[in-house]
Amino acid sequence: MSPGILGKKIGMTQVFRPDGQVVPVTVLKAGPCVVVQRKTPATDGYDAVQLGLMEYVKKSKISKPQAGHMKKSGAEGVKFQREFRLEGIANGDLKAGDRVLAEEFKPLEMVDVIGISKGKGFAGVVKRHHFRGGDATHGSMFHRAPGSIGASSFPSRVFPGTRMGGQMGMARVTVRNLEIVEVDAEDNVILVKGAVPGPNGGYVVVRRAKR
Amino acid sequence: MHNAVLTKILNKNKRADHPVFRPGDTIRVHVKIKEGDKERLQAFEGTVLAKHNTGMGETVTVRKMSFGHGVERIFPMQAPVVDHIDVVRTGQVRRAKLYYLRALRGKAARLRERV
Repeated sequence: MSPGILGKKIGMTQVFRPDGQVVPVTVLKAGPCVVVQRKTPATDGYDAVQLGLMEYVKKSKISKPQAGHMKKSGAEGVKFQREFRLEGIANGDLKAGDRVLAEEFKPLEMVDVIGISKGKGFAGVVKRHHFRGGDATHGSMFHRAPGSIGASSFPSRVFPGTRMGGQMGMARVTVRNLEIVEVDAEDNVILVKGAVPGPNGGYVVVRRAKR
Repeated sequence: MHNAVLTKILNKNKRADHPVFRPGDTIRVHVKIKEGDKERLQAFEGTVLAKHNTGMGETVTVRKMSFGHGVERIFPMQAPVVDHIDVVRTGQVRRAKLYYLRALRGKAARLRERV
């Protein structure tokens, strides 16, 4: 049993349960993955599997060191790879060159999904931290500015962590405990309940829920 | 909605039992209603004002006159609560959204049958 799988976000849709309840789902193309390397405490100091997502990738898009690394396990067309730690999970059966497919996951199981959120660029405090902002009209001269960021001579500095404008999105985001609604083993497709970070076509890591 | 995988999931989950109808048609929608542990069907007959969205979130707006008052209901087409739909009458119209019918009453609100 693999601790997780790599995939791509395809998009969102809805599914109806037999009792008529509608479930918002995100469609993930999960796998096929290949075990690129098996790290062991003896050789690497910790226990982990390195998975690579098999897809169509031009040869020129993969660097020579990468290609050499892939060659050891016979993996081809791998651009996106991630490691999963194996502590506390029985995974002795995975070795380099093994395939990891979507069918390892079953409906009703819980997963965490990790992705890179959509980048919003340099965003002001209204968008980034949901500050209220001021009136647009009626003589207001305070619109979308952050307002006070602290007191004056004491403390004579701005406290670390004060919410201000800055880069928003394009950060690693984990969404925990999403329910798997459906698995299509034929197409390597997993439907998880709820939204998943990142744009359609973005890479995601699907991990068995930690808790 | 142009992704092949999404289209496949859609085709698998979408209901195929609904008849083809257009805005302007008069349809009868039979909706499942739960009363205690009993389930029965309730019909709502009216003119289709608009169809919204595609895919699993597809809805249809149906308007009828009930004791002199206009009543509109929006049905989720793909939901299991919609048992079945009958097309009662077709209507010839020239636009996709017939919101102008809300302002019309009686003779003015009639639609010609589509040929």
